[in-house]
Amino acid sequence: MATTYEPIATSTVAVAAASITFSSIPATYTDLKLVVSGGTTLGGYAYLQFNSDTGSNYSTTRLDGDGAGAASARTTSATFIRTSSALTTTANLTNIDIFSYAGSTFKTTLSNTAADDNGSGRVTPVVGLWRSTSAITSLVFTSTNTFATGTTATLYGIKNA
Amino acid sequence: MLNSIVALLGNGAGGGGGSYESIATVTGTGSSATITFSSIPSTYTSLQVRILGRTTSAQTNVAMYITYNSSTSGYANHQLGGDGATASTNVDISGSSMIIYNAVTGASATSGMMGVGIIDIHDYASTTRNKTFRAMSGNDRNGSGEIWLTSGFLNNTAALSSITLSLGGYNWATTSVVSLYGIKGA
Repeated sequence: MATTYEPIATSTVAVAAASITFSSIPATYTDLKLVVSGGTTLGGYAYLQFNSDTGSNYSTTRLDGDGAGAASARTTSATFIRTSSALTTTANLTNIDIFSYAGSTFKTTLSNTAADDNGSGRVTPVVGLWRSTSAITSLVFTSTNTFATGTTATLYGIKNA
Repeated sequence: MLNSIVALLGNGAGGGGGSYESIATVTGTGSSATITFSSIPSTYTSLQVRILGRTTSAQTNVAMYITYNSSTSGYANHQLGGDGATASTNVDISGSSMIIYNAVTGASATSGMMGVGIIDIHDYASTTRNKTFRAMSGNDRNGSGEIWLTSGFLNNTAALSSITLSLGGYNWATTSVVSLYGIKGA
C-alpha cells in the first residue's frame, strides 16, 4: 500500500542559485508539500511557478506581519505565486501545500513563510491560485535574489485514503 | 435534519506505513450540507483534516462550521485574516462550533476555483484535557479572496471520536474532497 506522506525529492543548493526545480512529479499523490529552509543573498521575495507556465495565470491573497503591524495585499493576473514578503539573509522557512495537484480543478496553494533575523523579519501566510486544470508535473521555486548555499528544498507527496 | 455525508471508520483504517496515515476521505455529493468523520480511532496522537471545498450555492465564498462529538457548545475561536487590502481579527466566545471564515468557494466563483484548509487537532484522544485546534485556510479568486489563521478551543475533555464539517446549510459540491489523517507519536 502506498505510503501516505513521503519525500519525493530533495534539492540542496550547492552554489548560490536563483531557483530550485522539481520535475517529473508523479501523479500518484493527492497533495504536494514543499518545504524550503535557508537564507537568501540579499532579501527579496520568493515565488512559485508550475509546468513552465510564465503567463498571467497566477494570483495571491496574503497576510503579512513584521513585528510592528499586520497588513494584507494581493496579486492579480500575475506571472507567479508570490509566497513571501522580504526574506532574510540568514534563515527563512517556507511551507507550501499544493492541493489536488493532479486533479481537474484549478490549483490552490496554502503557504507560510517565516523569516526572522533577531530584530527584523516577517511571517507571511498566503493563499495562491494557478488558473489551470492541468496536472502539475513540475514546479520552480525562485528567489528574486538568490538562494544561499546550503538552502534545502524537499518535495513531499501526501496520499489520501 | 440536514443530509450528511458520513465516513464510518473501522479500527486501524487507513493507508501506508509511517507516522502519518490516511484515515478516511469524503467527496461532496452536491446534495449534502455536512461531512462527518465518525468512529475515529484513538490510536493517534494528532489529527489533521485537509479540505478542498466548494459549495453549490450561489455565493462567492462561505464559512465552515466544525463541531466535534456532536457538541454544540463550549467553543471559542480567534481569527486573524487578510482580504488583500486589510488585515483583521475576530473573536467568538461561548460559541456553538469552530468557525473558519470563507474557506470554501461558492458557485458564483469561476468554475474550478476552490477553497482550501488545513486543521490540526493535537492530543485529540486525551480524556483529561480540553481540546485545542488550529487552522490555516483561504481562497483566492484572482482579484478577490481571503486568507485566515484560526485558533479554536473546545471546553470539553472527552476524547474526540467524530468531526462534522458544515457549510451552514449550503451543500458541498462534488468537486469537494475532505480527508482525515492521523499522526502517531514516538
